[in-house]
Amino acid sequence: MDNSKMIVLEGLSKAFGQVQAVDKLSFSVQAGEIFGLLGPNGAGKTTTIRMLGALIGPSAGDAWINGYRVGHQDQDIRRSVGILTEAPGLYDQLSAERNLEFYAQMYAVGDMDTQIERYLKMLGLWERRHEAVGTFSKGMRQKLAIARTLLHEPNVLFLDEPTSGLDPQAARMMRGFIADLKSDGRAIIMCTHNLDEADRLCDRIAVIKGSLLALDTPTALRRKLFGRTVVFHLSESDGRFAEVISRFEFVQSADMVDNKLVVGMDEPEQHNPELIRVLVEAGAEIQFVGELRQRLEDVYLQLVNQEN
Amino acid sequence: MKKIWTLIRKEWAEVFKNRFVLFTVAFLPLLFTALPLIILYVSKSSGDFSDAIAMSDLPPQFLDMCDGLDASGCMQYFIVSQFMLLFMMVPMIVPITFASYSIVGEKTTRTLEPLLATPITTLELLTGKALAASIPAVVATWLSFFLYMIGARLLAVSPGVLGKLFDPLWLSAIFVVGPLLALAGVSIAVMISSRVTDPRVAEQISAIFVLPLIGLFVGQSTGLIFINEQIILWMAIGLLVLDFGLFAFATQLFQRETILTRWK
Ligand SMILES: Nc1ncnc2c1ncn2[C@@H]1O[C@H](COP(=O)(O)OP(=O)(O)OP(=O)(O)O)[C@@H](O)[C@H]1O
Ligand SMILES: [Mg+2]
Repeated sequence: MDNSKMIVLEGLSKAFGQVQAVDKLSFSVQAGEIFGLLGPNGAGKTTTIRMLGALIGPSAGDAWINGYRVGHQDQDIRRSVGILTEAPGLYDQLSAERNLEFYAQMYAVGDMDTQIERYLKMLGLWERRHEAVGTFSKGMRQKLAIARTLLHEPNVLFLDEPTSGLDPQAARMMRGFIADLKSDGRAIIMCTHNLDEADRLCDRIAVIKGSLLALDTPTALRRKLFGRTVVFHLSESDGRFAEVISRFEFVQSADMVDNKLVVGMDEPEQHNPELIRVLVEAGAEIQFVGELRQRLEDVYLQLVNQEN
Repeated sequence: MKKIWTLIRKEWAEVFKNRFVLFTVAFLPLLFTALPLIILYVSKSSGDFSDAIAMSDLPPQFLDMCDGLDASGCMQYFIVSQFMLLFMMVPMIVPITFASYSIVGEKTTRTLEPLLATPITTLELLTGKALAASIPAVVATWLSFFLYMIGARLLAVSPGVLGKLFDPLWLSAIFVVGPLLALAGVSIAVMISSRVTDPRVAEQISAIFVLPLIGLFVGQSTGLIFINEQIILWMAIGLLVLDFGLFAFATQLFQRETILTRWK
């Protein structure tokens, strides 16, 4: 097996009675990669993560984490991964520090005090370490849960909705934090419903709904579904310009919308100079040229709705 | 081993902040200490013991044990020993509440998932939970046993009778059979915990399993059964085997996945 592939799934499936929660997922994630798991509620994201973290067994298929096989070397897997569970699951009666101490001991963390101090400070909870977690806000709990996930320095991370419940500032901090984790050479699988976040943070994205609907980089996903679109802002609206341009074979579509000429094509880097020249020759005054970025949200909705 | 101890300390730090559990651990032993003392006190102030019950009412086996005591002392001994069985029940009842909350409780507060994600083995987990539940119960029982002894001496009983209670029969009942019963109770609670989703249900079902012991107490009082050295010895051996069996079975039943995913 390729060593850089730290997470490998082969036809991983899980059924709960009649419900096929996860259906034949196959993909792999390598070191230094953030892999986004997207999908509607009940798509099987949490179930997938639970299987990969050796919390529940697959009903079919296989998966390997750090070379350890799920369902066969579960203790090794548990030692080497960190899971941020969907619910923070902290002991409300105990202080933040006591919570982390407990988990540090469970993972047999060598330099426990240093690690706890490090992550509490990093996440801005150090001052409040003696307070009972029951008094913490949702965001503080989420941060503490992230600290717990990292104490034993796992090189594989599963983060189930890491920014849910965080305010915009805290969410941004958390995203920066996750991006840093990746640069330490970890392999990270992250579930999220925030498509903007997935777009910015993830190297690749899988959209699932029981089974795998699509898997690619965010950019490629956009292109695959919508192609690419270039917008020429002109000083005046004139249907003639669209006609002129439509003659080129590489132009898939050309429409005048107000004073904007919207052109669909595959390789704007190559063709734009030529189009600009032709437009100018035809008498157009070009104010701006830009690429229309489809929002990942549109891509996602398209994928998920196609299914129905 | 270290993980078991870590878990036990966590349990205590956490569960003892739950007033309901604290109440059960402290209340029952205290009740079982106070109740017999009150009865002793009342029966004493209402006259001599030998007036309360006639010697001929005592089970004949018991008279053998009265060796060296006069009639009144023998009667005192009889009454005091009736309550000794109560102390054996306490370590069985108390940890059931504790264990029910410590396993199903973790599920309802959703702390079970991160805990099961750690490399703790199922055996370590259950041993930790079982010990965390049994130790306080056993210690509470021992403490109330001593309180009972002191109270009995102060209120009613003669030194000769008290000496009788410190014989191997009762000491092994309290110090050997008690803890073994505690483990049995806990194993039952663990087993039930892995099948239900509500701590209260777990507790109630487990309590049903304690009924046979209460039956033993009632049987004892009516002279049907009588506790002696042999019975205690056989009980201890029987319980030891039972404990091993129950705990092994509980470990088998406790599927990490099942307890995590079952909600009905
Ligand atoms: N313990 C369980 N018992 C029975 N069915 C379950 C269980 N857990 C999950 N399922 C089912 O499996 C499917 C996938 O659930 P899962 O929690 O993995 O979805 P998800 O993608 O994480 O959803 P969300 O975005 O809402 O968190 C759902 O249909 C759900 O009802
Ligand atoms: Mg989920």
